Amino acid sequence: MLPTTVINLAYVLAAVLFILGLKGLTHPRSAVRGNQLGAVGMLIAVVVTLLDRRIVSYEVILAGVVLGAGAGAVLARRIEMTAMPQLVAVFNGLGGAASVLVAGAALMETIDIGQAGNLQFTVATGASGLIGTVTFWGSSAAFAKLQGLVSDNAFAFGGRQIITILLLAVSVALGVWLVAQPLNPAAYWILVAAASVLGLLLVAPIGGADMPVVIALLNSYSGVAAAATGFVLSNNVLIVAGSLVGASGLILTNIMCRAMNRSLANVLFAKLGPTAEGPSADDVYAGKIKSAAAEEVAMILEGTRRVVIVPGYGMAVAQAQHAVRDLANLLESRGTEVEYAIHPVAGRMPGHMNVLLAEADVPYEKLREMDLINPTMEQTDVAIVIGANDVVNPVAKTEPGSPIAGMPIIDVDKARTVVVIKRSLSPGFAGIPNPLFAADNTLMYFGDGKEAVLELLTAVKESS
Amino acid sequence: MEAFVTAVTIFVLAIFVGFEIITKVPPTLHTPLMSGSNAISGITIIGALLAAGSKQTALTTWLGFIAVFFATLNVVGGFMVTHRMLDMFKKKD
Repeated sequence: MLPTTVINLAYVLAAVLFILGLKGLTHPRSAVRGNQLGAVGMLIAVVVTLLDRRIVSYEVILAGVVLGAGAGAVLARRIEMTAMPQLVAVFNGLGGAASVLVAGAALMETIDIGQAGNLQFTVATGASGLIGTVTFWGSSAAFAKLQGLVSDNAFAFGGRQIITILLLAVSVALGVWLVAQPLNPAAYWILVAAASVLGLLLVAPIGGADMPVVIALLNSYSGVAAAATGFVLSNNVLIVAGSLVGASGLILTNIMCRAMNRSLANVLFAKLGPTAEGPSADDVYAGKIKSAAAEEVAMILEGTRRVVIVPGYGMAVAQAQHAVRDLANLLESRGTEVEYAIHPVAGRMPGHMNVLLAEADVPYEKLREMDLINPTMEQTDVAIVIGANDVVNPVAKTEPGSPIAGMPIIDVDKARTVVVIKRSLSPGFAGIPNPLFAADNTLMYFGDGKEAVLELLTAVKESS
Repeated sequence: MEAFVTAVTIFVLAIFVGFEIITKVPPTLHTPLMSGSNAISGITIIGALLAAGSKQTALTTWLGFIAVFFATLNVVGGFMVTHRMLDMFKKKD
């Protein structure tokens, strides 16, 4: 059995390792090591906790650890990279649920010995119960949405904002009840029940394309829940680790919101849709669409100096990333410079597109952020848009009344020629037509993402 | 009260450290950042271990058991999947 001082010093070491670990993630070269440092910190924290004299029996712990580690390892190995947002949602939710249960157990212990906790304890227990529960049910709803188990428009009903605010008020009132009567377990568990409905209601109506914001926000919540549990247990390492994650999630939420030029409140409560006054698809497209076959596109690509590929989530859905990489490699072997333009919301979670391309062995140096690649678009011979729509829609800049007005876009329209690989002229998530498709320098290359790129690949090979 | 002030001090300072570090993470690594930081937020596991192992009441032991299961899944799965992703970002020589 370790003395408390030693345990607490080991916790400081763990907290330092967490910070160094996150610092490692600031560069791809140091990232693997950073992640390992974080894992070592966690291991140290777990091992010294197991040597705490309050732990009198190990059977239950062993059972939980074996089951949890086994399930976690299987999920981590088997998950497809396209399903990464779902997995992170599950992990977020379980972290939140663990915080709720730990705070609940701590509360029940005080009730068992009949000694009420102090104000810090009860307030933190209420906070942990509220935030942790919202994290769990919100993540469950996000998982169901991302997995396609519920449709995009499910649960979207009027007055949702008012009900949400009411539920939040009820939850806070229940928290006050818990603080007033700290030995009454009903207050806590009813609070958890109310927060469950709140969590579902907050996330269920949000559309699939807004998931990057939701996942990032829930990530932040799971951290804040852990920090609140730290206040419950008066444990500093929980507070440090929880606030690091809370800050991280908030930063990512903010980045995602800026990438769509929408406020967090707008993402959470408003519904994005076509505006009545916008031009119809017929007005925009009629007679102006130029479609091209693989051979024509191959001819255009011949002898180009610079090509920029703009992937969207549609590319990942079509599983076309390997074919795209092969095409890029072929073009490069013929002296063309190829880069990828990554919009921040190109995937279903922050950085998702980068992971999908990294899995297809695209070197990370070739993945360019929107702000860095836009100034180079004018020197680009061909921009190939595949599976992306709203993030390349010039309307965002030209029409203040459009639902995507002000959203930063990748300026593909500035490239000499734009090739859009797309199944049809159907609109993206914003539901508006895209004048880019009808522009003079745009060629529509219709087809399923993967097949279209494979055909193009063959055509380019044959053209030489 | 003093313990509370200390806890709040640590909380506030940690948030600042978090902001300083995380803003330097490049967008390329945002997904591994989320899964990795998510694994770190599984630190609740130590509270779960204490609840499951202290055998206070049957209820707290059960709550602790489920919490240990959830938190371990979160921690082990989180670090492993982050490792898997980061491996893909390594330079292929």
